[in-house]
Amino acid sequence: MDRPLRLVAANPVDQLARTIEALLVVASQPLSIDDLVAATEDDSERVETAVGLLSDRYREGRSGIVLEQVAGGWAFRASREAAEACARLYERPVEKGLSNAALETLAIIAYLGPCSRPDIARIRGVNVDGVVSGLVERGLIAEAGRENEFGAVRYRTTALFERVFGLESLAALPRLDDLGADVTEIRARLEAVAEKRPA
Amino acid sequence: MPIAVRELELDLDAFEGPFDLLLTLVLREELPLREVDLAGIVVAFVERLAERDELDLEACGEFLVLISALLELKARGLFPEEDAELAELEPEEAAEELARRLAEYRRAKEAAAWLLERLGERRDVYWRLGPAPLAPARPEPKLAPQRPDKLATALRALSVEPPAPSLAHMALRFPPTSQFLERWRALLRRRTRVDFDQEVEGLSRVEVAVAFLALLELRKQDEIAISQPAPFAPIRISRADAERSLSWTVRSA
Repeated sequence: MDRPLRLVAANPVDQLARTIEALLVVASQPLSIDDLVAATEDDSERVETAVGLLSDRYREGRSGIVLEQVAGGWAFRASREAAEACARLYERPVEKGLSNAALETLAIIAYLGPCSRPDIARIRGVNVDGVVSGLVERGLIAEAGRENEFGAVRYRTTALFERVFGLESLAALPRLDDLGADVTEIRARLEAVAEKRPA
Repeated sequence: MPIAVRELELDLDAFEGPFDLLLTLVLREELPLREVDLAGIVVAFVERLAERDELDLEACGEFLVLISALLELKARGLFPEEDAELAELEPEEAAEELARRLAEYRRAKEAAAWLLERLGERRDVYWRLGPAPLAPARPEPKLAPQRPDKLATALRALSVEPPAPSLAHMALRFPPTSQFLERWRALLRRRTRVDFDQEVEGLSRVEVAVAFLALLELRKQDEIAISQPAPFAPIRISRADAERSLSWTVRSA
């Protein structure tokens, strides 16, 4: 007598987890929970549970592939123990040879963006045209409208920037107030230098 | 001999030549000042000074005036909107403003250092690099409302079978050239000169064309002479021997 075949899943979201796993393999950039909900046509709570299951399965030390939360989504990367082998085969053109000027410019755009070339030049005290073009070419920053209809082009950091620096989002940057000395301290140092100088 | 500041030879990234020429180019706005390395000019001047034993005060004075003017111009070029704002500040406020800006820059430097450290931590992390990030979404171009029936009419007009190409010209029958060759020869045996238009009057276009071809053929064989005083004027045809005897008569006269 034929009986309907009954499959008992080990976990109620196993099938969904397999679909998400497939989506992440195909993706070339991080997929957000919303992306995954749209693609699987499942509900967000179940998608989050499935992603949790996957991130445990693909964690550092357990698998050669690691699932990480980065740039506002989830993405696969190689495990750190495979880094040397990866380095023999692959270059990293985006972050290779980033100069100090480029990092300073990136930092300003990440914190104050969207901002224009004159905004950045005002803080750095030098012309930044070349540096900004270089960062656009690398894909770390992108145009984000103009200051007004005919004003200077403004720039913002991209999802690629967050991925290169391993940030879940821009909110993962350290607080600006925690960086650098405060105005009073700098003022005191300026005055100290002025006093030493012969009148 | 005093140092001639204006003839000071410079070798900078953006410019190579005498200081005087640099000034001219900058003032004519042919060379953007922000591209010029002013520190490089100072170094060149100081090196020139060092070559001499005594201090040339006059040259130093002139140089200071020129270089400070250039520095001010460059600063104004870099921060155009702040001209007025800074000029109005009291020394105390200016110091405060300077300290504020230094703090701002310091924070940017610290943030850059944090990013560099972060980059170091990610040194052994590899991932698949996809295509460049998508550009920020642009608003969809809005189309004016269209009527589907107009589109259907346009398509219907296009879908009509095109008229069959005319092959009428292929059915044209050309009378043999030989027939006209004989006619011309017969005519010229009777008369020494004939007028082309008169002789072909009443013939079809095709027949006129063949008659003309026959004429050319006769001319090639040197049986006739053809003359036409002006474009579109009547074409005159005469027997070749008649033409020769005529010219002989004229020459011998």
